[in-house]
Amino acid sequence: MRFHSLRHAATLCILAACAAHPAAAKTISVSAGTPDANEKLQEALILAEPGDTVELGAGTWKLTDGLSLDVANVTVRGAGTDEKGSILDFSGQQGAGEGLLVTSDDVLLTGFAVINTKGDGIKSKGADRIVYHKLRVEWTAGPKATNGAYGVYPVESTDVLIDSVFVRGASDAGIYVGQSKNIVVRDSIAQENVAGIEIENSFDADVHDNIATRNTGGILVFDLPSLPQQGGHNVRVFSNEIRDNSTPNFAPKGNIVASVPTGTGVLVMANRNVEVFDNVMESNGTANVMIVGYRYPYEDAKYQPLPRAIVVRDNEHGKAGYAPAFEGGDQIAAALGGSLPPVLWDGAGDAVVLDKVGVLSLGLPDVKTPRSEAKPQPADLSKATLPAALPEIRLPASMEAKVK
Amino acid sequence: MRRLAAALLAALLCASGASAVSEPMPDQSVIDGTTMPAKLSAFGLFRAGTSEPLSALLPYSLHTPLFSDYAEKHRAVWMPPGTNAPIGRDGVPGFPVGTVIVKSFGWPDWNGGKPVETRLLIRRASGWVALPYIWDADGKDASLAIAGRRIPVTFKSPDGVSHSINYAVPNKNQCKECHSLKGEIVPIGPKANNLEFGADSSRFFSFPAMRIAPMPKWDDPKSGSLQDRARAYLAVNCSHCHNPEGSASNSGLFLRWTDTVTVNYGIEKRPTAAGRGSGGMDFAIAPGDPDHSFLIYRLESLDPGIAMPELGRSTVHKEGAALLRQWIAEMPKDRQKPAS
Repeated sequence: MRFHSLRHAATLCILAACAAHPAAAKTISVSAGTPDANEKLQEALILAEPGDTVELGAGTWKLTDGLSLDVANVTVRGAGTDEKGSILDFSGQQGAGEGLLVTSDDVLLTGFAVINTKGDGIKSKGADRIVYHKLRVEWTAGPKATNGAYGVYPVESTDVLIDSVFVRGASDAGIYVGQSKNIVVRDSIAQENVAGIEIENSFDADVHDNIATRNTGGILVFDLPSLPQQGGHNVRVFSNEIRDNSTPNFAPKGNIVASVPTGTGVLVMANRNVEVFDNVMESNGTANVMIVGYRYPYEDAKYQPLPRAIVVRDNEHGKAGYAPAFEGGDQIAAALGGSLPPVLWDGAGDAVVLDKVGVLSLGLPDVKTPRSEAKPQPADLSKATLPAALPEIRLPASMEAKVK
Repeated sequence: MRRLAAALLAALLCASGASAVSEPMPDQSVIDGTTMPAKLSAFGLFRAGTSEPLSALLPYSLHTPLFSDYAEKHRAVWMPPGTNAPIGRDGVPGFPVGTVIVKSFGWPDWNGGKPVETRLLIRRASGWVALPYIWDADGKDASLAIAGRRIPVTFKSPDGVSHSINYAVPNKNQCKECHSLKGEIVPIGPKANNLEFGADSSRFFSFPAMRIAPMPKWDDPKSGSLQDRARAYLAVNCSHCHNPEGSASNSGLFLRWTDTVTVNYGIEKRPTAAGRGSGGMDFAIAPGDPDHSFLIYRLESLDPGIAMPELGRSTVHKEGAALLRQWIAEMPKDRQKPAS
């Protein structure tokens, strides 16, 4: 044990459950009321050893600098996400690109709130088997272009679980999983973000039993060029409630989500093998489901801009397409008697749509053809060959045990 | 710090004439041990009660340094007697176990030129360890600040403007955020193409037969073309994170000295995870148009949600940004524009 420095941390209270064994996991409790709360909490996150729990006391923590954790197999546990819980308030943040950064494996984050960060809320990078559980990440003034980009932001990780998380106000994506593999996002609520939930440049993901509401776009499955991991594939979006995604797009221009039309339910772009099924989708003014190619210039010979082997089946569709928020959408809607059908395809790549609703194709045969040459027409995508069903994502038992 | 430099010089001059036997030496057992001493003096790297490194250490400087709020940095390296760092063909020194890289930060016009902090990078058997120390008020010793700290300081930048900032001493994890390669801590600055070797460096470094071309000095037009000086600036200030194995690997923006100036160098590269760091602009670098290049926007911002680098900067480096602005302004605009 190398804990000489803890003598200087008088406010850190070490509760060693079993002092007899040198490797015994311990709980390091930190209190929000400490004068140097930011430094003491950061110190606890540095001095924690694998197996330890850093316990955040109840109360509002006024933090001026981003926190970070780089020790494997540590739990950060708060007293809850509501007003009586543990609230990490970054309204006065002076530095760092996010509120909390995790760069170690096997970490569990649970039971606290992160609010009003200047950049991203909680980011984890190269942090395998990370579990985000019972968290709230929120910009409390609601949608604003000055809010941080991502709420919950795991990137470059294998085995990611996001469970029972609430995210509101992100100016890019509330829950964003990028360049990762083997991912589950479930039982979470994404509200009033630009993108509710976004799976980007990632492989093997299940996104299920979430609520995505009052975002600009509910659930996005994207692949972008010129990134270290690309070729996104094998993503299942199922049993989600995707309603009333009507917040005007408030993303800073230039970001890819700034191009998402207000009123988008599910948007699949440039991925292969994506299944969208058993969702309830309604009151999405542009479309409940959009399937499109990547229509920007790119210099990346390996990049695949088309959606391929996309399956849409067994979804429940409420009203949609009554306020299409893309250029020329209102003329098309007028020509079709006032609104667009619930499923929109740009006409490039291939998709199977078995839902008993209308599908509109924009008739763009490839991503090079400009939108001005669109030839909108109804499409029947029910006859195409169904790709093999994707398997369920299974996470290591150690991760599931943490949220039992 | 100027006074410190003078004292250092004096110490070196004395040492050159005197027998080295009487010179104090660092405490190698503490350096090689596993502890994180609460006091910097435990390492014995400095003259007792001062912030002057022992003359047994090799002071060094860099052609193009990392910008840190206009702080003057005094760098020195220590390696155990009988060891040295062979410089590889890639210019990276192979520092032996027992090496300590010492970097002190201060301003000539703050606190009588005394340093505010000293960072140690120690090569132990288990790998590199980064430890931040903050100098005590009396300037006689420094205390470990493992969780970092903000310290109010006031100083003038070279253009005469006075700055009062909450200078951020990084915490141990933040040290690693920049000094990280494949998740392991590594030194950033001392590479053969950026080191200014003094006459007595042969005790510490052994050179390969081939010559390693130096990087230019970012602010000396005689040392390289505009583009090469801009590239040197980006390599030193950005590429420790912006490389395929660094903290910003997921951005796909790679700014190493060896990278070619293409889309992954920012040319017409769209934002990936920049959020409002994009400033409403389409590209990191828009050739010919620095005002629409969000790389410039981020370098000139102090907002934590926008500013780059994310760590180690509470002021804008006006002169560095001006160099990059000029470089982008002089790029030909004739590249194909996107049809949106």
